[in-house]
Amino acid sequence: MRFLFKTDYNQDIRLAKHGGHTFWYSLLGLFLVVAPWALPEYWLAQLTFVLIYAVVGLGLMLLAGFTGLFSLGHAAFLGVGAYTQAIMVNAGIPFPLALACAGLLSAAVGMVVGLPALRVKGIYLGMATLAFGFIVEEVIARWEHVTGGNAGLMVQYPTLFGWALDSTDEFYFLCLVVTVLATLGIVNLMRSSTGRAFVAIRDSEISAQSMGIQLARYKTLSFALSAALAGIGGALYAHKIQFLSPEQFSIIQSIDLLLMVVIGGLGSIHGAFLGAIFLIVMPQLISLGKDFLPEAIGQAAGLQGAVYGIVLIAFVLFEPMGLYGRWLKVRTWFQLFPFYRKGLFKRQKTFQKSDRLK
Amino acid sequence: MQLLQLLISGVAQGCIYGLIALGFVLIYKATETVSFAQGDLMMVGAFGGLAAMTMLGFPFWLAVPAAIVGMGLFGAVLERVVIRPILGQPAFSIVMLTIGVGYTLRGLITMLPNIGTDTHTLPVPYADQVLRLGQLVVSAEQIVVIGSTAVLCAGLFAMFRYSKLGIAMQASSQNQLAAYYMGIPVKRLNGLVWGLAAAVAAVAGLLLAPITFVHANMGFIGLKAFPAAVVGGFGSLPGAIVGGLIIGIVEAFSGFYLPEGFKDVAPYIVVLLMLVLKPNGLFGEKLRKKV
Amino acid sequence: MNQDVLLSARNLSVRFGGVLAVNNVSFDVKRGEVFTLIGPNGAGKTTVFNLISRIYTPTTGTIDYAGPGGMLRLTDQAPHQIAKLGIARTFQNIELFEHATVLQNLLIGRHTHRRTGLWSEIFFTRQTRAAEIEAREKVEQVIELLDLQHHRESMVAGLPYGVRKVVELARALCTEPKLLLLDEPSSGLNVEETEDMAFWITDIKEELGITVLMVEHDMSLVSKVSDRVLAMSMGTELASGTPAQVQSDPGVIEAYLGSMDDVSSLRRENHKVSA
Repeated sequence: MRFLFKTDYNQDIRLAKHGGHTFWYSLLGLFLVVAPWALPEYWLAQLTFVLIYAVVGLGLMLLAGFTGLFSLGHAAFLGVGAYTQAIMVNAGIPFPLALACAGLLSAAVGMVVGLPALRVKGIYLGMATLAFGFIVEEVIARWEHVTGGNAGLMVQYPTLFGWALDSTDEFYFLCLVVTVLATLGIVNLMRSSTGRAFVAIRDSEISAQSMGIQLARYKTLSFALSAALAGIGGALYAHKIQFLSPEQFSIIQSIDLLLMVVIGGLGSIHGAFLGAIFLIVMPQLISLGKDFLPEAIGQAAGLQGAVYGIVLIAFVLFEPMGLYGRWLKVRTWFQLFPFYRKGLFKRQKTFQKSDRLK
Repeated sequence: MQLLQLLISGVAQGCIYGLIALGFVLIYKATETVSFAQGDLMMVGAFGGLAAMTMLGFPFWLAVPAAIVGMGLFGAVLERVVIRPILGQPAFSIVMLTIGVGYTLRGLITMLPNIGTDTHTLPVPYADQVLRLGQLVVSAEQIVVIGSTAVLCAGLFAMFRYSKLGIAMQASSQNQLAAYYMGIPVKRLNGLVWGLAAAVAAVAGLLLAPITFVHANMGFIGLKAFPAAVVGGFGSLPGAIVGGLIIGIVEAFSGFYLPEGFKDVAPYIVVLLMLVLKPNGLFGEKLRKKV
Repeated sequence: MNQDVLLSARNLSVRFGGVLAVNNVSFDVKRGEVFTLIGPNGAGKTTVFNLISRIYTPTTGTIDYAGPGGMLRLTDQAPHQIAKLGIARTFQNIELFEHATVLQNLLIGRHTHRRTGLWSEIFFTRQTRAAEIEAREKVEQVIELLDLQHHRESMVAGLPYGVRKVVELARALCTEPKLLLLDEPSSGLNVEETEDMAFWITDIKEELGITVLMVEHDMSLVSKVSDRVLAMSMGTELASGTPAQVQSDPGVIEAYLGSMDDVSSLRRENHKVSA
């Protein structure tokens, strides 16, 4: 059981709150650095995917988890980033510049998508983002001479200062660096006034305004940052899978991203990572588990969809705080052993109040 | 003449969207949750009708009410088991739950051996019949769709306007705790609403089946019903139908007059226009929080 | 404009559809005083607050405020600019940020004093760190004034009502306002908590030099802390002056208790109880 005696404001402000944090995160960092030598290539590729999805997840967590803005078409930003990167790199533009452009263009699209957010709330905003998602997907599919349309687009390897990153190891390190920078950026943002302004907007818009927070500015900023991260993730995604086609950025992908942040734990940074791990690991588990199930169930086409659905339902019903919430409970159980009480994390029972009057 | 032909097919398609949107709006009006499962409930309803006719051998006139009632019960059970425990949680969680329900339903139906992955025809007595009015060709399916929608809407409208049930539903959606205190059986009401919405979805599925055939991905049409609900205004039942008709007509006309690809995108452009011009939809209400 | 006057409302009216919520109300709030609006429910007091906070726009009338650069027309400002001018408010039905800790709520109150931009926050530069520490120090002063140390790290959603009211007050104080709008500060509080509130309001006025504009129902609190009172009923002014003057004004008494005709039937002499 750890008691923290705080004698300095810096203890509250700094990232690693106590020795335990420093220890475990350093261990994690060490593992991530030696992963290319410790893991077989297949699993390293999967880890790379986890990092890429985590970057996108961070963006969506910022928008939905921290600012409370519904985005049902987030795959659109992923697609914009991916295609921008692909087109630019194929045209010979250096990788860092292309990456920056992918992020900036996605941010610009994000600001446009965010315009409805300034006027409407809740489900209407969700519908607007859904509409944008469909439109972007259709534009990508129709704008054939630029994006290759439904026939798809091949993507070259990234080259950094003349050095081609064409092996799994090298690409993994690139993704690791991007992920670490993105995470630090978001964590820093959340512990300063902009991050707090986002949370204020989520909890009470009227109150936020009376504290001097300009809603339009911060909502647009949230969309822009979220889209930028999705765009950067998309750019890396493009290089990873090397072949893009519009249906990779459909509503299904958007729902998968939402699934990721909800199962991970809405409103926490860890949630983005846990959700990404879930998203990548789940299909593996299902294919492993297929062999143990009776023929009729194991080989059925809809198994993955059904399992995803059931898991999502189970999490929302039984663990609304997501994987991160479950982890917090487990950790508290160990920390407080044997004094852990069942009701420690119980949320106040709330009765539904009209969202329209929020 | 072409115009009128397009109009009719647009209206018929729009009725389907309107019915699914009606389901959304019913649930939204009563519990202020958005259900993404309506499309997939419609699909299950269509499969239910198929099962009633082919496997159980019911005649058409028995299978249809059986499917509708069956889905109604299924909807009520769904609400009891899955939705009720989480009322009071933020709207976002509930939406994700309904998405999960939709995923699960689609997955389970696809898993059914032989049936799930194929496309089936629903044997309806009025299949392939057409009505000719001069140069106008109207298929029997379209007439049945439009007719049934009109009858259903009139019934629901009467129920909400002239019964205490409608007022009770609105009360519980605006402030659940106060509704409890007033003696409104909120939980039972929610079950009823979900059952009703599922039954309406089943009707939509049975009406749609002769046109698009019965298959596991039918539910994606449900996504088009969202623009319908937005255009009409999310809290308004007539709005849902009107919105659906508008979307259906827009789709029919853009499919014919605009280049390829616009047909699928047109409803969403209409949504965006609507949100810019009249954010609460045609019939929606603008509510502000009083502090 | 008199140097003494901080806020001046003239001929303020606001109409919602067919309802005239505020009808031709005028008042001045002097620097350093505690000015209270009283009146039965539905009198339009909170609506006046909402007009000052720019949540509503008046149909007619103006509000002038002695801002940092001189007198300015408050009715021309956007809602989020009000805090920067030094006007803070509390809400009748608490509007705290439920899923954040008390500390975070108070730190959000410091928003108008932020000196850091987006990029220096993303990289968490030395400036940002210094700004954070400075914000923490200011917030600690308010926590100490209002005795909230115990609840610093608690999630607001789990706090009892009385504590939330105090947090709401604390958050408003963290904005370092010149004018503080308190909407029914003692509603829902018990006797001891109301006494604490009276002490705090007096401290705010005397130690912090903040002008207080208050809506209140509890007459003992009003008499204890207010310098001047304005009574409203059905959107119009009834009487204004010192608490004693207003409380003895016949129009005010009628608004609250009804006229002699309404109550005469309840007088003891008129009740003949048959044996």
